[in-house]
Amino acid sequence: MSNFFFKVLRPGINSTFQDKGRYHMQHLGVTPGGCMDLDLFSIANALVKNSSNEGVLEFAYQGPLLKLINGKTKIAITGNVLFQIIKSNNETIKGECYRTYDMDKGDQIDILATKKSSYGYMALEGGFDIKPFCKSVSILSRAQIGPNEGKKLKIDNKINIKINRNNNKNYAIKISSKNESTIRVLKGSQFDYFSKKSQKDFFSKEYKISNLTDRMGMRLEGEVMENIVNTNIRSEGITKGAIQVPADGQPIILLTDYPTIGGYPKIANVTSVDYSLLIQKTPGEKISFKLIELHEAEQLYKEHLKSISKIIKEIREIN
Amino acid sequence: MLKRLRNIGDCGIVCDFGDEVNREINTGVIKLFHHIKNEVSLGNLNGILNYTPSYNKLIINFDLKKINSSKIIDFLKSVNFSTLKLSQSSKKWKIPICYDFEMDLENMSKTLKINKDEIINIHLNTDFFIYMIGFIPGHPFMGDLNSKLFLNRLKTPRVKIPPGSVGIVEKFCNIYPYESPGGWNIIGRTPIKLFNKKDEKEPCLLSPGDSVKFKSISKKEFEKLANE
Repeated sequence: MSNFFFKVLRPGINSTFQDKGRYHMQHLGVTPGGCMDLDLFSIANALVKNSSNEGVLEFAYQGPLLKLINGKTKIAITGNVLFQIIKSNNETIKGECYRTYDMDKGDQIDILATKKSSYGYMALEGGFDIKPFCKSVSILSRAQIGPNEGKKLKIDNKINIKINRNNNKNYAIKISSKNESTIRVLKGSQFDYFSKKSQKDFFSKEYKISNLTDRMGMRLEGEVMENIVNTNIRSEGITKGAIQVPADGQPIILLTDYPTIGGYPKIANVTSVDYSLLIQKTPGEKISFKLIELHEAEQLYKEHLKSISKIIKEIREIN
Repeated sequence: MLKRLRNIGDCGIVCDFGDEVNREINTGVIKLFHHIKNEVSLGNLNGILNYTPSYNKLIINFDLKKINSSKIIDFLKSVNFSTLKLSQSSKKWKIPICYDFEMDLENMSKTLKINKDEIINIHLNTDFFIYMIGFIPGHPFMGDLNSKLFLNRLKTPRVKIPPGSVGIVEKFCNIYPYESPGGWNIIGRTPIKLFNKKDEKEPCLLSPGDSVKFKSISKKEFEKLANE
């Protein structure tokens, strides 16, 4: 183990290590987890020239304040994030997302807030020195699985880093952000449990994202969905983005840390192409749903992956 | 038997075995689960991320970068169900339980009009079959309990139930792997760890399709096993 590390001076609201997630274990009750926004995760690693599944630090709303106690590193922040780097001589650099910065012993990174978005990412050249559990470094805090004893960052935690910086170049990329509020979905398994009026309402009315939103699920407030068959179903396996409607008629979208099985009827399922867009919405924002067909969802996702590859190819060296 | 295949979102497939919940239907689900798991481990089916059995369904999750719904449905249609077997890897477990840690026996006895010892006896003599594991890591849903012991959930769920607590509702029995809230009728507690983070190869003791019989132990034996 290297002796290069950060010390956590402020943990932030929900700061965890994440990668693509932990698979082949859902039948044992272990949800895949992983980065909420896999697009930003890929771009963060690409900026610091890491392999595509290197673990990163994910933060939500208010991020951490970290001090590099020993070593030198290169970092990149992705998302729509307000941050600054405080050099050891107290000089402050206003941070720009989607570019790399060198950090030296004694420097601090202060991740102040995610702007008009929920999640942001910090990648390090070479990666964090954290122990995987079942091939993934994703922290599942509900079950206390993953590095850092499966817990969110806490004050005074020590974060080890794998290597000292050895690339003396820096990189950047321009990203234009979309502000779309329509989320494309597919019909859910129990779509026909809901009245004709509710089926229509679901695709024509707006829903407000409530404060009860976290990595596990997003609760919505809006038109009550009227269930005309049964408000419970036999518990069955869950997929990411399932929109379930409990007896109170208010939809809940199951997100990355979803429970592995669930017993509420599902009216719809968020498409893969719009998942990152959805999870970046913040409590209080309004969204609406648009029904599309499976083949369209598959085609749109292919195009989306191409656009992410294109972004990664456009990463350029800066001075 | 498999009744219907359909997509669930753009990266999941539901294999629906019908509406009933019984051991025979679940055995069909478990057989297909073992088959898929095996095909994935042999590298015959790329891009599969998870296969989650429940009472009457198997949900297959996949990576849309590598495979899509129609390819998985084609694969499932080619499966010869009559040749699928319950895997050799299905295990029989003896799980120690200390009934002194019950929380609801008094009320159960009143509601069911059966004395406490008889309730314990029926529970001890049941061969439980694991229908599924889930919600949280290692949490088994087991059946079938004798209909004499059928009970509803508690009207007000408890805020905290200690780990290892064994609960019953309707024909099902579960074991809480973690301290958690819950509404099941608690009949006892096991000192056995259902999910062990230190064992990366097999962190989860039980698996869907395994069978379980309980073995009564004293408080002293409980403490001893709990400290191991």
